[in-house]
Amino acid sequence: MTDSSVVDTAKDATTLAGGDASSVSDANKKRRDLVTIIALYVACIFVALTLSAILISLTGGPWRSVLSALLDGSFRRPGRWGQTLTESAPLLIVALGAIIAGRTGLVNIGQEGQVLVGAAGMAFVATRGSGPGVLVLALIVGALVGAAWSGVAALLKYGRKVPEVITTLLMVFIASQATGYMLTRQFLLLDKDPNRPNRTQTSAQLDVDTRLPTVRIFGNEFPISVIIALALAIGVAFVLNRTVWGFRIRMVGQNPRTAQRAGVSAVLVGSLALAAGGALAGLAGGLMLGGGLANYRYTPGFSSNVGWEGLLVALVARNRPLAAIPVAIIFGGLRTGSGFLAATGVGREIVDVVRALLVLALLVPPAVMFLRERRRAMAAAGGA
Amino acid sequence: MSDDTGNTTNGVGATSPTPLVALTGVTKRYGAVVACRDVDLALRAGEVHGVLGENGAGKSTLMKMLIGLVQPDSGEITVEGQPCRIHDPQVASALGVGMVHQHLSLVEPLTVWENVLLGERARLDRARARRLVAEIGEHYGLKVDPDARIADLSAGLRQRVELIKCLRRDPRIVILDEPTSVLTPAESEQLFITLRDVVAREGRAVALVSHKLAEILHATDVVTIMRQGRVVDRHPTSGADASTLARAMVGRTVSLRGEAAALGATDDLGDDHPEANAPTPDSTGQVVLKLSGVTVRSQGVARLDDLSLEVRAGEIVGVAGVEGNGQRELGDLLSSLLTVDSGTVEVDGRTVRCGRAGSMARAGVAIIPEDRHDSGCVLDMSVAENLVLDRTGTVSHTGIIDRARLHERALELMREFEITAAGPGAPLRSLSGGNQQRVVLARELSHRPRVLVAAQPTRGLDVGAIEYMSDRLRRAADDGIGVLLISTELEEILHLSDRIIVMSRGAVIGAMDRSEATTERLGLLLGGVAV
Repeated sequence: MTDSSVVDTAKDATTLAGGDASSVSDANKKRRDLVTIIALYVACIFVALTLSAILISLTGGPWRSVLSALLDGSFRRPGRWGQTLTESAPLLIVALGAIIAGRTGLVNIGQEGQVLVGAAGMAFVATRGSGPGVLVLALIVGALVGAAWSGVAALLKYGRKVPEVITTLLMVFIASQATGYMLTRQFLLLDKDPNRPNRTQTSAQLDVDTRLPTVRIFGNEFPISVIIALALAIGVAFVLNRTVWGFRIRMVGQNPRTAQRAGVSAVLVGSLALAAGGALAGLAGGLMLGGGLANYRYTPGFSSNVGWEGLLVALVARNRPLAAIPVAIIFGGLRTGSGFLAATGVGREIVDVVRALLVLALLVPPAVMFLRERRRAMAAAGGA
Repeated sequence: MSDDTGNTTNGVGATSPTPLVALTGVTKRYGAVVACRDVDLALRAGEVHGVLGENGAGKSTLMKMLIGLVQPDSGEITVEGQPCRIHDPQVASALGVGMVHQHLSLVEPLTVWENVLLGERARLDRARARRLVAEIGEHYGLKVDPDARIADLSAGLRQRVELIKCLRRDPRIVILDEPTSVLTPAESEQLFITLRDVVAREGRAVALVSHKLAEILHATDVVTIMRQGRVVDRHPTSGADASTLARAMVGRTVSLRGEAAALGATDDLGDDHPEANAPTPDSTGQVVLKLSGVTVRSQGVARLDDLSLEVRAGEIVGVAGVEGNGQRELGDLLSSLLTVDSGTVEVDGRTVRCGRAGSMARAGVAIIPEDRHDSGCVLDMSVAENLVLDRTGTVSHTGIIDRARLHERALELMREFEITAAGPGAPLRSLSGGNQQRVVLARELSHRPRVLVAAQPTRGLDVGAIEYMSDRLRRAADDGIGVLLISTELEEILHLSDRIIVMSRGAVIGAMDRSEATTERLGLLLGGVAV
């Protein structure tokens, strides 16, 4: 910056130069990071597709058509992207909850259970009435039940110092058993109609007036949960980046002791963040039911891994709410596309492996970047 | 630059004609910044070579070249006359270069012997490792229990483990980067005795990187002074004195009364010189901070033991004491990070609920914490955000943060407190230590506190930053803020305080006015002897 050795300002000059240089190299670093991550994605997806093709050809399937079947099923065929968006909406909402927890420095991995109890709570209310008022009430109940479910983890964490990773995870299994039980009792969820389909344990079907309205564009149809999910993503991004509460969440997430000193209680903010995550997962469950999953009936295994996959969406989006939107759509596309792949004659199990390979391909680049950043941070700390 | 003035006059070891390691004309650039420019440095067997300079003078970069962490852009490194390239730390280690880093790099949950063996490829031999630690400890007077967990050790003992780790590999060249920044005076003394040993008895070469004048004068044979990446001066230590060194280091005349005291360069510990520029202690000032019978226990030990103290508006009360005698807990208590088992804390006459988030801050206690990274700032947030933290009221409207106002306020404070950063949006992590400290200070003072607690406020800072901090503390007191200065640097306490109290084992064992304080009396008190 300057070579002058005006002695009195010398120190300031060097620090200034240091600041400039580091911001320049920061920009460079960012560009290089972007190139790296794109290259990583391309390479990983290529490897995943190659392995998938090998696997399918080994099992005697039409290996050439893996990619095109996936694309047909998710976006290319008429009406498919509406389906993809429908699948993406709950994934995105679940991911938003995980992002809030992640930014607060908490690891809530119990979304699968929170989705289940949310959907069950929604079903409990929605099957007892009819009309949009009931629908809204039912969704709110679903969100509240989800919040209460993760709230237990908050109580255990801040009351008894039980790590939330363990409690949220274990409560998935409790949720699964508890909602399973509800489906065996008519006063809870079991359909009272003696002619219920298949004699399986399902809830009553939602009344036509108690279902989510749908949107129709260019021959694609999807429930308004898609719009709700988008609005929530924008809302969460705004809250995290622009509001006092978002400020507090980031503060607690990055340095709880500084936050405590400055007057932000980790207990309060952390509990709220966990509850918000549960509420979003619960809402996602309610919206899945209201959006027509399992033909508007609550059934065993209703969550169909949305809780787990939503967590992966947050991971790939690296805790950024807006980045989670495209990621959720890609994951939704994998869900619909792999369904289509199965229709081309590839075995169901192989399709699951293919999907898992592609999910892995999406997870590797952010993990590599994370490790790289950490190494960099450690090098910086070691050489400060 | 003159070539090395090889001959030492301290009579410690004979200097060999060829240096063990020599850097010739090395230059290292980081973007537009030249960290080292055409630097020559020669380390000889049997010699402690001091490398003195402010933060950012290029000392650490220079040492990192020796250890293989940084490659020079130009210039040559020779080891025993043989040119060589040190690509990575393994090469350095094979050449016999060992380094003790400024920031300790031990694994906390592991024991001492496990840490010493870390990086070893051979089979783990517990018995041999423990014996090794004991032997090295014996040999150099670095006693430490091989089975102790690092997490349970004080900073001084951890430093010893680092040193053992380094010496175990039998290095010919030992580099110490700011080794005493975490040590108490007694621990530093012990360290220098060990160093003398290493050099005199075993003919190793030692490079001691520091910005403390006192230890350079005390422990080195030759001193190289760096400023802005260049070597500005080099001569035998015996011919140097504190003021010339300080002048060479900062490139201007330093009023030794001020900074040098904090640097530990004054030798008259001011037995009774007049208060130069301190305000007259205002003993009639209102009590703004009052601790009565505060006891804090953790793991069965009373960390603060029936502690009582008072700070009045407009005075600086210095809390002296050997590190680990409750200073950290006192700081944490006043940061709302600890609850008390008994006793009360009153600010401005009102009792504060200890341990409630932000209770101290709201009551009017500002704090510059001992470890700013621990509870003073959020490294990954921006400078502007760090200047606010939870006082969002001034920059938000109905819960939404007004970015323009946040930015504006940050610019104001950055100007007022002379904070150098790329801008208000720069992450705090990108700032130098001194500037981070200024951010903390600016935020705390901008909240118009009644009490300012400064815990080790100048630790790790360079001369200019120390001068600035001392000046700010005094101005805060002049503005009617009660200042509680917690420091292990006795000179700093003596220099700044109106009243001095000494802590030992979590209790106050002596209190006196500045005028009554003598080195001897304080020394006894520090040793835990009540007088």
